[in-house]
Amino acid sequence: MIWRRILIRDLRMSLRQGSDLAMVVMFFVITAALFPFGIGPEPVILARIAAGIVTVCAMLATLLSLDRMFLNDYEDGSLDLMTFTPLPLEAVVLAKVGAHWLLTGLPLIVAAPVLAVLFNLPQDGYATLFAVMVLATPTLSLIGAIGASLTLGARRAGVLVSVLVLPLYIPVLIFAAGAIDAAIMGFPVRPYLLILAALLVAALPLAPWASAAALRQSLN
Amino acid sequence: MGAIDCEMMPSNSSSSIEFSGAGIRCIRGERIVFSGLSFAVAAGGALLLCGPNGSGKSSLLRVMAGLLPAASGVLRRDGADIRGDPESHRASLHYVGHLDAVKPVLSVTENLAFWAGMRSSDRNAACLVDGALDRFGLASLGDMPARLLSAGQRRRLNLARLVASQAPLWLLDEPTVALDAVSVKTMVGCIADHRAGGGMVVLATHTDLGIEAASMIALDDFFVTAEETK
Repeated sequence: MIWRRILIRDLRMSLRQGSDLAMVVMFFVITAALFPFGIGPEPVILARIAAGIVTVCAMLATLLSLDRMFLNDYEDGSLDLMTFTPLPLEAVVLAKVGAHWLLTGLPLIVAAPVLAVLFNLPQDGYATLFAVMVLATPTLSLIGAIGASLTLGARRAGVLVSVLVLPLYIPVLIFAAGAIDAAIMGFPVRPYLLILAALLVAALPLAPWASAAALRQSLN
Repeated sequence: MGAIDCEMMPSNSSSSIEFSGAGIRCIRGERIVFSGLSFAVAAGGALLLCGPNGSGKSSLLRVMAGLLPAASGVLRRDGADIRGDPESHRASLHYVGHLDAVKPVLSVTENLAFWAGMRSSDRNAACLVDGALDRFGLASLGDMPARLLSAGQRRRLNLARLVASQAPLWLLDEPTVALDAVSVKTMVGCIADHRAGGGMVVLATHTDLGIEAASMIALDDFFVTAEETK
């Protein structure tokens, strides 16, 4: 009940400020669109690198949006007050991660196939691309929450959060890109998807726990 | 350095000490802010914290709220150490700090309803929110986005939280900053009502608000100089 209130409040605030939402998707599309200019418009090469580019750009776009997960609430004192609710801080984190995923993960899932078309991704890859995005984006938001809460109050938090979070994204990247490649080449996709699901299931309890511990530290 | 006991409310002489602390020491940035501080607040009691800037009023309130861990000492709620059940301690107090926690994009009512809803059921919350806005003279601004509020109005919106949901313990850090005379009177009235209902108030302030039958802690009494630290 209270959990849902926090989620709805975050969604409402972001949707009223609409620009935030558009920015993440725009960033995703523009960074991905840069690669053909650098590498050259050879369709075979683009098809080969499509999986990697789309997943890396999705990670960077998620990273870009991490600062708003806790920073506003930290700066205006709301985060202090959220510790005075009957809800454990871990649940508050989970609500905020949920809102973050709905506002960035979901748009990225929708935008990813469009980008894949631009990259000439072979037809066999689309179903897997969708499954990969559905499994990977919540993990990205969850892991990102740890970085976002650790860097609260730090100077140049944006750079610091990249250094902290991007290495943790590597396993997700490996299996996400691997799954799409496997689908294109006709190998079984299931093992990759299972590992991505395992990463999500592991991050679901661990990330809010770690993030709440970091928040308690930064509220001191 | 001893305990300063709170005066009991005359009508409430049988009430027990509900919130107390003993031997509290607070360290910020490797400097001891205060040490050996003890206090006690009974049901219906009020405790004023005074002292110059930097004497640790805000730190003490944050320690009381459980936002800042005390370096040593114990806080008790109804005789039980709050470390045993920090969540229920936190859920039964209101904290007003320097920051107003007002979201500029939400309306005045939405801001207050969010915090009120954290404590009470939906239908009850809506009714309490209206009453609280009315009491702090914000009823006519209900639909206005909070970014248009003045500093004093934002503070009133923050204080309306106290009335919009119930909590037996109020920890107030200079609540009357930026308030006009009428609002200060409203605030003092709210504190009196809260105490009459058996609530407790701990208040850090520089101005004399005329709060009756309150005990006082002067934080500079617990100040530790660099020599003493060694």
